[in-house]
Amino acid sequence: MNWVIDLIGGPQTVIAIAKVLIVFASLLVLMILVVWAERRILADMQARIGPNRWGPFGLLQTLADGIKLITKEDFRPQLADRWTYAAAPVIAAVASFLAFAVVPFGDEVTIAGHRIDFILSDLNIGLLFFLAAGSIGVYGVALAGWSSGSKYPLLGAVRASAQMISYEIALGLSLIPIVLVSGSLSTKAIVAAQAGSVQNVTFFDGIPVLESISRYFEYVPNWYIWSQWPAFLIFLIAGIAETNRAPFDLPEAESELVAGYMTEYGGAKFLMFFLGEYLHIVTVSAMAVTLFFGGWNGPAPDFLGWVWPLAWFLFKTGLFVYLFVWLRATLPRLRYDRLMWLGWKRLIPASLLWIAVTAVVNIDNAQLSRNWKLGAFGVMFAVVMVWVGKGDPRLRSAVSPQRRLDGTT
Amino acid sequence: MTLPAYLPILILLVLSTGFAVFSLWMASKISPRRWTPAKLAPYECGITPEDGEEVGRERFPVKFYLVAMLFIVFDIETAFMYPWAVAYDELKLFGLIEMGVFIGILLAAYVYVWKRGALEWAE
Repeated sequence: MNWVIDLIGGPQTVIAIAKVLIVFASLLVLMILVVWAERRILADMQARIGPNRWGPFGLLQTLADGIKLITKEDFRPQLADRWTYAAAPVIAAVASFLAFAVVPFGDEVTIAGHRIDFILSDLNIGLLFFLAAGSIGVYGVALAGWSSGSKYPLLGAVRASAQMISYEIALGLSLIPIVLVSGSLSTKAIVAAQAGSVQNVTFFDGIPVLESISRYFEYVPNWYIWSQWPAFLIFLIAGIAETNRAPFDLPEAESELVAGYMTEYGGAKFLMFFLGEYLHIVTVSAMAVTLFFGGWNGPAPDFLGWVWPLAWFLFKTGLFVYLFVWLRATLPRLRYDRLMWLGWKRLIPASLLWIAVTAVVNIDNAQLSRNWKLGAFGVMFAVVMVWVGKGDPRLRSAVSPQRRLDGTT
Repeated sequence: MTLPAYLPILILLVLSTGFAVFSLWMASKISPRRWTPAKLAPYECGITPEDGEEVGRERFPVKFYLVAMLFIVFDIETAFMYPWAVAYDELKLFGLIEMGVFIGILLAAYVYVWKRGALEWAE
């Protein structure tokens, strides 16, 4: 046995392989659960029953669907580019798997003297890797649309690519304030910086009632969401647009583009796109939890030390997955020009402004507490956001054609 | 021995690629194959495609190219800000001013692009 371990590079390598295998299998199971949860929640919100035949509560429905898709006819359109057509779904799925590599999903555990971190790879450029893996996903979409040799996939693909790269800028910019306050690109270090409770809140000192309230702040977790909520909102909007989910699901706008870049795909190849999309949702949710909601941090009893962080992580991520489904059930799809307007003319200036605010606030910590400065700038930011968010004059005229006829716009 | 940080990622890359390729290969083996010319024709909602070989390779609005060009400019800006943000605690006021100059120049281009209407999608 020992010579096998030595052959592949020692116990650390064995641990790494085992960890990757477990995470990979868990991600597949998680994906099955997320699809099932989405269908049940959507059904519930629309007063339907949803899948309830296969397994308890219909839990095995996704598995049945997967088996069905794999046994479906494997066809290739006549004009399709053979290898690119087959490679695109592989790229989409692999990119989604890779992005999860830098998500810390729990604390550490020691088994037989070996310390095992609950993160696949604690890269010192973790956030950059997350963004890079997301960018590779665009290749899957663009190649799928181009290689299909059909009109609707091509239109869907250029649309999807333009949308994804536009919101990628806002996504990248929304993470910079987090890097500014944490001083690290490592996701593990960012989670560690959010451990414990809010400390040193001094800006209520001297105010009679509030001062007595402020001692309860030791029960408030030290998450970045309190000071970085504008960055969180931008991250969330851009993240939803990156995953092509409602209300940003224009790439597969079925009412105008059939199914967008996936039109000519079926069977197992479609399954790969499907897998990639839902994994992407899980990864973006996990990243939102990691960066803004303290990651796996949470109150834990003394027994089973490593289970609680994992449970907290899954619970918080689950809430975000629920939010994704909720948005899909609630919001109508955006028009394409509105989408571009939001991404280029609102999210990019807003995130640049917030970077400036965070940078100025963090320059000198001697005079005022960081919380106080960030709070004050948050109010300023809210004022600007309201002004900025008043909307596009074109939209107002579009809503009311009468006003345009009157010449009042 | 410390483990190379990218080894788990390499394993994950190999594993997920193998999984995806194996699934597609498996599906092509176990699934039926009854191809007909109508089935393999480009999907056009039932209408017979008329563009011949050019279908699916046709031209699309130039605006998408414009978005791609603008993306490159702003994405480089984003990439440049990451090392700056990591080293901000050491750079202090110097870093703030330097980044202010950089963003200022970029903002001028941004305003120019906006005023020229490159960010307008609908007429």
